[in-house]
Amino acid sequence: MQQNTPFSQPIVSLRDVQKSFGPLRVLDGVSFAVERGEVLALIGRSGSGKSTALRCIDRFEKVDGGEIVVCGHRVDRPDVDLRALRQDVGIVFQSYNLFPHLTIEQNITLAPCAVKGIAKSRAKDLARKVLAQVGLEEKLHAYPEQLSGGQQQRAAIARSLAMQPKVMLFDEVTSALDPELTAEVLKVIEQLAADGMTMVMVTHEMGFAKGIADRIVFMHRGKVHETGPASILTSPTTPELTQFVGTGNLKS
Amino acid sequence: MGGHLNINHLMFLGQGALWTIALSVIAPIGGGIVGFVIALARISPLKSVRIASGVYVQLIQGTPLLVILFLGYFGLAAIGLKVSSLTAAGASLTLYVAAYLGEIWRGCIQSVPKPQWEAAEGLALSRTQRMMKVILPQAIRIATPPTVGFMVQIVKNTSLASVVGFVELMRSGQIVNNSLFEPFAIYAIIAVTYFAMCYPLSLFSQKLERRMGRGRSNLAPA
Repeated sequence: MQQNTPFSQPIVSLRDVQKSFGPLRVLDGVSFAVERGEVLALIGRSGSGKSTALRCIDRFEKVDGGEIVVCGHRVDRPDVDLRALRQDVGIVFQSYNLFPHLTIEQNITLAPCAVKGIAKSRAKDLARKVLAQVGLEEKLHAYPEQLSGGQQQRAAIARSLAMQPKVMLFDEVTSALDPELTAEVLKVIEQLAADGMTMVMVTHEMGFAKGIADRIVFMHRGKVHETGPASILTSPTTPELTQFVGTGNLKS
Repeated sequence: MGGHLNINHLMFLGQGALWTIALSVIAPIGGGIVGFVIALARISPLKSVRIASGVYVQLIQGTPLLVILFLGYFGLAAIGLKVSSLTAAGASLTLYVAAYLGEIWRGCIQSVPKPQWEAAEGLALSRTQRMMKVILPQAIRIATPPTVGFMVQIVKNTSLASVVGFVELMRSGQIVNNSLFEPFAIYAIIAVTYFAMCYPLSLFSQKLERRMGRGRSNLAPA
């Protein structure tokens, strides 16, 4: 049942997804799809449901209705193979969530060794490779506490990359960082996009979304309110998006 | 009149002290093993397991250790199991310690920030792998000071085992006093001996706590 996606199918697709927290309807019929190699930016006000939508893709939230297919996995079904799903999907969080008791190398090699069963020596090579990708080779043996926020977030991205996911999810990964550190993290994500990684990102960095995203999904009150290429940020058609980008969000 | 305190009396007290130490070792080991299972059961994904372990903890925590000891000794005899006073005391203390350590450790496991679970989950680690490789190593660091602190309570509480006829430090003191009738001197010796056992543990616990305090900021990013 968990077959790999044929080329014609999108990597991620949500169709009419419903999700409530108690009486609060967070997602009210959300639909969008992400093609292979595409970068999709989810934007919207706090509470618009964008982070919940992202978390549903990796099944950190169970949906109440609708259909979610990710790399051939029917995520909305209760019998979805979560471990197989999460080998295909990488997720990076706002708060980095590196494991504080492990070195950066151990953080990175843990899952490839434990989940995929690859040899320790190969995993170490892999760790060096992904750390080079995010420009942190010299931090191999450091502990997370010894790194700056930006470095921790880059290490978290490297940890995710080591599992060789088919799609990466970014949940406001720069929201805890100052502008300078934000820039170094965004540079890494830009490089990933250039390498053809499929990505879904929730972001408040409108300038960045505009520069990197193939498609923008603007969420408002649990619905996809407006969607289109990055140009919708400069020429929005709905008053809500006009107001959203007009409130100083479009910085650079 | 039974004469004066002599070397034989002191030897007898020393023997009692050794049994106190033995109980103080048996109780945390047995209680630690059962308590670990209790801690895991208290956060089990299965509701029935959570409830059952919760009831156990509440029952034990709501019952005086003295009563548990009596139940262990006379209760088991009443249903036909003749147990030695060491077995009864060891088993009762194990059940008692398990409930408390289980609760302490459950709290420590749950105090590892939830995003750590999510990050481990996002990396496709199984529940067991998440627990063993990510959560427990962090929880153990948090749990060490309160666990060592609780050991002090255990050492002192072993004195209650005297009520089931187990000749540990307290009981041996009573026996010596029965022949000498010098209660103040004898119980002073007993008190000092308990203190000598507990104080190093207290110091160790404080030292661990200070070290933890320094390292606390390292534990949770964000």
